[in-house]
Amino acid sequence: MTESPMLEMKGITKRFPGVLALDSVDFSVAQGEIHALVGENGAGKSTLMKILGGAYQADEGEILLQGESIKIQNPSDGIKAGINVVYQELVLAPHLSVAENIMMGQQPRKRKLSIDWNQTYSRAQDVLDRIGIELDVRKTVKNLSVVQQQIVEIARALQRQSRILILDEPSAVLGKHDIELLYNVIRRLKARGISVIYISHRLEEIFLISDRVTVLKDGRAVGTKLTANLNEDLLVQMMIGHELKNIFQRKSRELGAESIRVDNLSLQGKFEGINLSVHEGEILGIAGLVGSGRTDIARVIAGVEKPTSGTISIYGKRVDLKSPSEALGYGIGLLPEDRNAQGLFLNRPIFENVTISSLFQYVRLGVLNLTQESKQVQALADEIGIRSTGIKQSAKNLSGGNRQKVVLARWLGAQSKLLIFDEPTRGVDVGAKVEIYRLMNALADEGVAIIMISSEMQEILGMSDKIIVLWRGTIAARYTREEATREKLLQAALIGAKNNGK
Amino acid sequence: MGSDHKSSGDRTSNIRKSVDIRMILGRFGLLIGYFVFVIVATILSPRFLTPTNILNIVRQVSIFGILAIGQTFVILTAGIDLSVGAILALVVVITGGLLPDFGIPVAIAAGLLVGTFIGLINGLGVTKGRVPPFVMTLGMLGIARGFAFMYTGGMPIPVLDDRFLFIGNGYILGRVPVPAVIYLGLVIIGALILKYTPFGRYVYAIGSNAEAARLSGIKVDLNKTMVYALCGFTAGIAGILFASQLAVAPPIAGEGYELDAIASVVVGGTDLFGGEGGMFGTFLGSIIIGSLSNILNLTGVSPFVQKSAKGALIIAAVMIKARAERR
Repeated sequence: MTESPMLEMKGITKRFPGVLALDSVDFSVAQGEIHALVGENGAGKSTLMKILGGAYQADEGEILLQGESIKIQNPSDGIKAGINVVYQELVLAPHLSVAENIMMGQQPRKRKLSIDWNQTYSRAQDVLDRIGIELDVRKTVKNLSVVQQQIVEIARALQRQSRILILDEPSAVLGKHDIELLYNVIRRLKARGISVIYISHRLEEIFLISDRVTVLKDGRAVGTKLTANLNEDLLVQMMIGHELKNIFQRKSRELGAESIRVDNLSLQGKFEGINLSVHEGEILGIAGLVGSGRTDIARVIAGVEKPTSGTISIYGKRVDLKSPSEALGYGIGLLPEDRNAQGLFLNRPIFENVTISSLFQYVRLGVLNLTQESKQVQALADEIGIRSTGIKQSAKNLSGGNRQKVVLARWLGAQSKLLIFDEPTRGVDVGAKVEIYRLMNALADEGVAIIMISSEMQEILGMSDKIIVLWRGTIAARYTREEATREKLLQAALIGAKNNGK
Repeated sequence: MGSDHKSSGDRTSNIRKSVDIRMILGRFGLLIGYFVFVIVATILSPRFLTPTNILNIVRQVSIFGILAIGQTFVILTAGIDLSVGAILALVVVITGGLLPDFGIPVAIAAGLLVGTFIGLINGLGVTKGRVPPFVMTLGMLGIARGFAFMYTGGMPIPVLDDRFLFIGNGYILGRVPVPAVIYLGLVIIGALILKYTPFGRYVYAIGSNAEAARLSGIKVDLNKTMVYALCGFTAGIAGILFASQLAVAPPIAGEGYELDAIASVVVGGTDLFGGEGGMFGTFLGSIIIGSLSNILNLTGVSPFVQKSAKGALIIAAVMIKARAERR
């Protein structure tokens, strides 16, 4: 490590309404270092990087670039300081050429008036040569593969004299071969003295590519270690920590009738041959990486998408779910992963959000009984513990945990018998997490069947009665609560069924 | 951790309080603005604030005001209906054309049916056909207007039935114009539907977040289609009033009325992106637009100037609202 680090973030604190997202985090990166930033969802990785990139402002703390304090008020400040972020969702102009994207905003001109196309192409080519990539600079970006598009973004950062490059889960959407290509590019950047901050969920790639690792947990920096001094177990221990051991408060339950049974269910290009069943009072955990088909299964069971083949039975009766509205009729409710985009009516009050799926209960002669409705919503809000200034408060002023509770209240109000939680605690602070777990247990106690999809191994292990692990659209492994271990789940999620017997 | 929660909770409620004040300003700002307008108008012309003139304004506003009622529903779902003026024209000529031979009930029923039917087609085009509302209703504007011309051969049809003319020109209780009564009645019905029926809730939900609405089990396509049909129905009512008020059924009826209707909704504070707003705002929006024309008439300002003044008013109203919300 060099004497004066390339980048130092000191005592960074960031608060959102109801959440302390970052709590006095220290983070430093040396020149030419590949520094992995890891942690569970909601640990604060993205927030920290958004502060560095200028998308957010820290409430407290200081950023030093090569020993000098700098202020990054907006993304263009960040770019000027040589800090570039490549987000998971790419921000390229799809209809323009590779060269235009790389040179964006800085295209060479002829006599200030017209664009110098020869220069544009040759300088873009030059940048690509530096990272050893062969790519036609005249090609339109939308015709490129995902990894090629990522490389165009990296090249653009390089052309802007980037000193620090932040890659936000670049491999999540890539295949194996493409990841190799990405690694090569990253190593070339390192060789040129550029510092790379690499955010990832995949442990094995952290060991493959990074020099040091910093672990964030619940908004705090747990520690920074040389990758060479770490192993997977140590890293996981740092990520999970110990103080959360008893947050699941699980007790054993009597199972009731079979709520749902899925036979040989397939959706073209997403998943294949899925068999599963959930009983009343049972929690089925579905583990697997993003893109393994987890969310697609949830969407088919909730009637959002139609399966290509296979059957779904509710209480032993075969059903053909054509829409979420039919699924609602069978008592199936989905709590989607992206609550803001798919779950909530943000500019509407809480009570409208809650009763939208059960309005018929309050109708007499075609007219809504608003008094009865608000009584019922108030009762639900109290039961679930929605913290607000009242049920007329707009949903957009609620914290992540309370938003999730509003969606949950909706399905409870509709007397759902099967609930599908897709990433139930994503973007939720620890306190609210515990409450959501408590509610899920209480629901199961009352005989509700629950399917829970999660990226958090700890959550899967702590909450599920039985677990299936998906790998590339198929079930790679099934475990009971007693059999399952973190290692088994991770192995099945990462490399599928083949090597799992060992 | 406990103290953390408390402090952040307090902060949230502080934010909430300021939001409430903003909401009150946003909601009643328009009303306050209109009171100021009324005071200025009364100083400019003492005739402005007389019962006769006020009822006059309501009567003059009633036709595009009724169009604005249906338009409010459409815009609340994040859609738009550009065809209401043309639907009105088609209803005008059909009702006017059928009146002499088939009598009032059949003529009115046919008019309302045609309006609703065209609205239904708009709705199906938007939902099943996946045509963006702007394009679908722009196309329908041309189609309906063309039908109106074809039906009449381009000539206006005279409307002579005295009992029919009462709808647009009569008075009840001596001085209350019938169109004003119909208009106010429809405003109230529209407001009640939005607040007290599941359909009204679905309209807001769809406009607020169509995907979340679908995942919550709402039949989004069905409800959207109904909204456009409803808008066609109100255009039908407006068409019948038009034919009656003017005692003539010309195929050029209602040209540009769609813009007055949309302007009323927007000035009334309904969000063009859907999910926020309501009938009372639209009513006030229509009245403000009508009052502006009225006072300019009373003070003898040229009609050419009036058009520009109306345009400026629309921009100003939305600008003030945007400012108030950002603060």
